[in-house]
Amino acid sequence: MNRAAIVLAAASALALTACSKKPPAQLPPAPEQNAGPGEGQLPPSGVTPGTEEHFKQVMNGRDVIYFDTDKYNIDSDDAAALRQQAQYLLQYPNIHATIEGHCDERGTREYNLALGERRANAAKDYLVSLGVPVERLNTISYGKERPVALGSNEQAWAQNRRAVTIIVQ
Amino acid sequence: MKVRFAAMFASFLLAAPAVAQQQSPPPAPADTSAQDEGLSVTVTDESAWQNLQVAIPAFATDREQPTPANANGTTALGLELARVVYNDLKNNALFKPTGPDSLPRPAFAEITAPAFNIWRGRSAEDLVQGYVQAGADGRLTVGCYLYDVALGTELKRGGWVVDPADWRRAAHKCADLVYSRLSGESPFFDSKIAYIAETGPKGHRIKRLALMDSDGANHRFITSGQATALTPRYSPDYSKIMYLSYVAGSPSIYVYDIGTGSQRLLFRTTNETYAPRWSHDGRMVLFSMATGGNTEIYKMPAAGGRPIRLTDNPAIDIGGSFSPDGSQIVFESDRSGTQQCYVMNADGTNQHRISFFGGRCASPEWSPRGDLIAFTHIVGDFHIATMTPSGGNVRDLTRGWQDEGPTWSPNGRIVQFFRSQQGSGNSSIWQVDVTGRNERRLPTPVGASDPAWGPVLP
Repeated sequence: MNRAAIVLAAASALALTACSKKPPAQLPPAPEQNAGPGEGQLPPSGVTPGTEEHFKQVMNGRDVIYFDTDKYNIDSDDAAALRQQAQYLLQYPNIHATIEGHCDERGTREYNLALGERRANAAKDYLVSLGVPVERLNTISYGKERPVALGSNEQAWAQNRRAVTIIVQ
Repeated sequence: MKVRFAAMFASFLLAAPAVAQQQSPPPAPADTSAQDEGLSVTVTDESAWQNLQVAIPAFATDREQPTPANANGTTALGLELARVVYNDLKNNALFKPTGPDSLPRPAFAEITAPAFNIWRGRSAEDLVQGYVQAGADGRLTVGCYLYDVALGTELKRGGWVVDPADWRRAAHKCADLVYSRLSGESPFFDSKIAYIAETGPKGHRIKRLALMDSDGANHRFITSGQATALTPRYSPDYSKIMYLSYVAGSPSIYVYDIGTGSQRLLFRTTNETYAPRWSHDGRMVLFSMATGGNTEIYKMPAAGGRPIRLTDNPAIDIGGSFSPDGSQIVFESDRSGTQQCYVMNADGTNQHRISFFGGRCASPEWSPRGDLIAFTHIVGDFHIATMTPSGGNVRDLTRGWQDEGPTWSPNGRIVQFFRSQQGSGNSSIWQVDVTGRNERRLPTPVGASDPAWGPVLP
């Protein structure tokens, strides 16, 4: 609760300064979506509301928020994205979400696990502050173990410092 | 697995050909007091012995016998034993050893009565000779003798009885004997390393728990790779490994029992747990647990029980490494705003920052000797560095693009770490002396990270 308040305060404080940086110029490529062999084939015309696929489609990139190096505060872009996520989650009250916290490769392995957890929780706390029931949200830190951009440069690192919200049924 | 320090010298002397004893009785164990000065130098002044010419001919056998340790019998095994000793000493670049493949092979009788003139002619300064015998029970007896060639005297001897599967351990013990006697340092070759084997592309890398001997032999994968494994630590008695696994979805620490192949959660919680560490006696463990975005360090009995929180700070506090006497813990925290290293008493009191130099201080590990702390020095690039426990004498040992995660050799003379390549992110395990010299890559079958060096085997 305290943390949420701190995060909100930090978010508003940074709202004026940090918006120029994010999201990164080039968004990470969407993960491959395998419908799975044989089953779960969705009609080409549309996807089922309340699914991860539908969520991603509606969010249009805003299922992911990005962080500055070593930071975990929610800036104005993040807040806008999380508001959309919260709206979606409140619209479909039966779905749960997992928020993954990630870091870039330019941190030590163990510290990045803790930092990823911090980032995932910053996003989670913000969603809770917007009314999403805490029981519907889960977090998991991947540290620097699951980069989405594979280069070793500032642009790639900016894409990897992220919290990704994923719908779980 | 047991190596028995048998009363084997008696049996060797009985078994040794009588002629050898008549010609030249095996010298009494060396009286080290007189010759010590010139031969035993501390590593801080290594120049004196760094170029010592050490000859290591093939080990002899009293009679050719079949052994499960070598398809070609004990004669061939004797050659392999000497090769292991040679490679141990050569790879650490402290001596100039000459191996068995370019040396004459001494007869069994010569092991205790070296033909010193021949070795002087080859400008060997020290000579390592040994023998191997297969007992009726299949176990191997390996003897190891270190001689000063110029003086024509024995400096040290050792003997071990091992199961055939552990034949390499006898060679490592021999290398340790030579290394210790000539350098004055504690042994370290007969030890093992746990690490993370890495395969696959950067975006989908598979990370498996793996084990190997200190020279890379006896390599073995423990986990299948279906779940990401990270940051292993051997228990001091080598019976268990603590490591982080995503097997249940979120990262948690497991205790893997090497004997049974089973594992259990260290501590059942819905929170994520990271950074497992053993105390030196193996009775206590440290781990770090994240609660709602705040990671703290905890201590609990290794056998299970109630964790005691050692840190209490809204910052990330993580890791931890006990001082050799167990009274203090060095750990990492970003409470000052960036990752820095701190020391506290083992009960969590008196937490104080020790790193006040340029850059950041991460993943500190206390040397088994107590004199130094190795850490990841983040200065843009990541270097492996050492400092004193009070944060003085900072010294970068490496200059890679990304070198991280130091682990100490059991004698505190060598630091291993993992190096990641810019771009590919491919990782490999390297080691470097505390002097900053002799940097080399360890041979591993696939990519490798998170080395954790265990103690010298008993």
